[in-house]
Amino acid sequence: MSFLTPQRAAIAAALLLLVTLPIWVGNPYYINVASQILFFAVFALGLNVIVGYGGLVSLGHAGLAAIAGYTAALMLAAGHGHFISDFSAILVTLAASAVFAVLSLRGTGIGFLMITLAIGQIIWGILYRWSSLTNGDNGVNVSGRPAPFGISLASADSFYYATLIVFLAAVATMAVFFRSPFGASLRGTRDQARRMTALGYNVWLIRFLAILISGFWSGVAGLLFIYYNQFISPQVATLTASAEVLLMVISGGTATLLGPIAGAAIVVIMKNVVSAYIVRWNLVLGVIFVLIITFMPEGLVPGSVRLWKLGWRSFRQRRVTVLRNVAEPPQ
Amino acid sequence: MNLWLTLAVNSISLGGLLFLLSAGFSLIFGLMRIPNLLHGSFFMLGAYLGVSALNWHINFWVAALLSALAMILIGGLVERFLLRRLAGQELAQVLLTLGLSFIVADVCLMIWTGDPWQPATPEHLRGAVQVGTLFFPIYRLVILAVAIVIAIALWLMIDWTRLGAMIRAGVDDAPIARVVGIKVSQLFTLIFSLGAGLAAFAGVMGAPYLSVYPGLDFEMLPLALIVVILGGTGSLLGALVGSFLIGFLYNFGQAMFPDLAYVILFLPMLLVLVLRPQGLFGRAMP
Amino acid sequence: MTAQTTALAINGLCKSFDGLRVTANVNLAVAPGERRLIIGPNGAGKTTLFNLITGEITPDSGSIHLFGQDITKTPSRRRPHLGMARTYQIITLFARDTILRNVTLALLGLSELRWNPFIDIERQHHLVEQAHTALARVGLTQIADRPLSQTSYGERRRVEIAMALAQNPKVLLLDEPFAGLSIDERRDVQQLLLAIPRDVTIVMIEHNMDVALEFAESITLLHFGEVIVEGTRAEVVADPRTREVYLGH
Repeated sequence: MSFLTPQRAAIAAALLLLVTLPIWVGNPYYINVASQILFFAVFALGLNVIVGYGGLVSLGHAGLAAIAGYTAALMLAAGHGHFISDFSAILVTLAASAVFAVLSLRGTGIGFLMITLAIGQIIWGILYRWSSLTNGDNGVNVSGRPAPFGISLASADSFYYATLIVFLAAVATMAVFFRSPFGASLRGTRDQARRMTALGYNVWLIRFLAILISGFWSGVAGLLFIYYNQFISPQVATLTASAEVLLMVISGGTATLLGPIAGAAIVVIMKNVVSAYIVRWNLVLGVIFVLIITFMPEGLVPGSVRLWKLGWRSFRQRRVTVLRNVAEPPQ
Repeated sequence: MNLWLTLAVNSISLGGLLFLLSAGFSLIFGLMRIPNLLHGSFFMLGAYLGVSALNWHINFWVAALLSALAMILIGGLVERFLLRRLAGQELAQVLLTLGLSFIVADVCLMIWTGDPWQPATPEHLRGAVQVGTLFFPIYRLVILAVAIVIAIALWLMIDWTRLGAMIRAGVDDAPIARVVGIKVSQLFTLIFSLGAGLAAFAGVMGAPYLSVYPGLDFEMLPLALIVVILGGTGSLLGALVGSFLIGFLYNFGQAMFPDLAYVILFLPMLLVLVLRPQGLFGRAMP
Repeated sequence: MTAQTTALAINGLCKSFDGLRVTANVNLAVAPGERRLIIGPNGAGKTTLFNLITGEITPDSGSIHLFGQDITKTPSRRRPHLGMARTYQIITLFARDTILRNVTLALLGLSELRWNPFIDIERQHHLVEQAHTALARVGLTQIADRPLSQTSYGERRRVEIAMALAQNPKVLLLDEPFAGLSIDERRDVQQLLLAIPRDVTIVMIEHNMDVALEFAESITLLHFGEVIVEGTRAEVVADPRTREVYLGH
């Protein structure tokens, strides 16, 4: 087998495109959109660890990203340095993810979904109401970006490259994770939780750790978000925000690594493009949600592939129910 | 003293409203096994429709009924043509209702703009009733009375009619109910529509008191969620007790700890989830 | 027979669901290497008994000992580590994966590797070899890389047995291993089971009397959760109570 398989060639080409993007895109506005796609892709990849691989659908992950963002923003506002603020933010988010996990794992399937929704709402409520701590609806400004090794990240180009590095690290980690024994264990708990217990696995602990991993990446995405926007408000913790990142995961497809990335690209581009022409983003978000769930529940990437291969008629006939596989009834 | 009494009265009427909202939510959850994320939207859309009707000088009660009927229709269409396509896939159904809620939210924003609407309390229900030295606003008592009437009506339907028996059977075990010949799919449509109608009615009743504004949908939805988690799914008694409990927690919490009001609301819910996942009255969560 | 020499000892096991007694004071002692058959009409509580033994359900009272060790309170996820494996009446395998991966998951369940998020599972040669060996035991080597969704029912039953055997159990619980199989398939599975060495104790639930009776050395008859008759194959077959339970007179 030659070294250059079609898959490897595609990855190399994609890498080349990504690394040279600021050159062939040019306009800082679009470079910024690319940065957004990348850190939302990190967010979606993280969420996919529990949704796609674990079969646990969460509507509260925006809350975890918000906790990271706010911790860093508040610490920065208090005068701390970037490194300590970011490091603390991740630690706090991991602790919050642990609590999140313990509470949400009291249920499975829809029960899990509801608890995550409630936790997400609580986080939003705290951020919104506890003005003395979080400045409430006014949000918190973030002045400046970190300068790793003295390199400024102020320009669109440099911020893009920093985000790209984080994105590539996330993708590499996910790829390794997917092929690992722990990754296989997690997918096992998605498909046959009862059987896994009978085979000697600690299903609760596997899920707990998976939630920590997804919380970690949500936190990383949250940090990139505040540095990108130089601002954070309770908006980032709303149900809508959690629904958006969930949409990225399910629209792209949960089974592959490419899926959440494609989903992030789709949603971010639509949001930016749509906002320029129509003010009603929620309407579009809702319509896409409904269409995908009704007609292409396995996600746009696998769905389009299926459509391409089988043609329109076969596509209409086959009722794929990946979402059902994603969350089986409790066992 | 007066403050506590006012808070108490407000709590009771909020509890009444919440019951009207949560009863439907609880029945839908119990029968169809899904938390209807569109429920807050039904409340808000119903309120908006009611407010428009009131602007055309339609009688308050008629407006409320018309709004409820409109929502029954909309709910029925949603269930029959969207949810039923995904029969058996509860998770997909939940996400579908979520997507629809975003659509409804923006449509309402387009039609009724971002300004809050607060209709005046209906003429014949203004003023207060005096008992001893205390004054109770009539409208708030009316809300309570309506909630009680509807609670009794629902209870009679569920416990005493054949339809109610079918609903109870469906809540207990839908697949077996089907086997026995109960048309469970039609029951789903019926209960979903009924829930939508009740929510809309609640929305109109609450409008003079809460007003109607963008975001009302996602403020009411978590309340219904908490009530049902506390009181158990599919349990009317649970919805009743839970509603009043939350009514009190909400008002007193707001008054005493405004910063942590939201947390105070969710704390009992979390406690219940941790200690007793099936709620105070109902069956285990799916 | 002292507790130390009994492979599986159950004493006074009771379980009720909402007032309905499904397991009523069951006593069972299976010797090491024995081939025990549990029979009884539908609803007798056989699978419930298995669920109690594996820990999926907690008993209301009574005890379970595995080679002298009290495992009554041991969580069900620990019992495979102590040497207990089981197959299910309804096949619940990993439909999205290949046969090889199914067996690999069984092997992984007892291995520390299952927590490792860094290494590549396909590159763990000893694991892959063990999985192939397990499949060879049930005669499925040639279709190791086939997705489970593309296998026949009989092949899946064999995968299940491969998975259970891959965990090197000391006590193997088989819940209706012959259910739904054709005559040829039944013969294959029977050969398979007969080839299992004596260091594995086997307890089997089965309805299909032809194959099961051949296999069993001793039989326990359950009815309404209670042990009605117990003894050697000949004893149980001849016992009038057996006929009463099955035929009502």
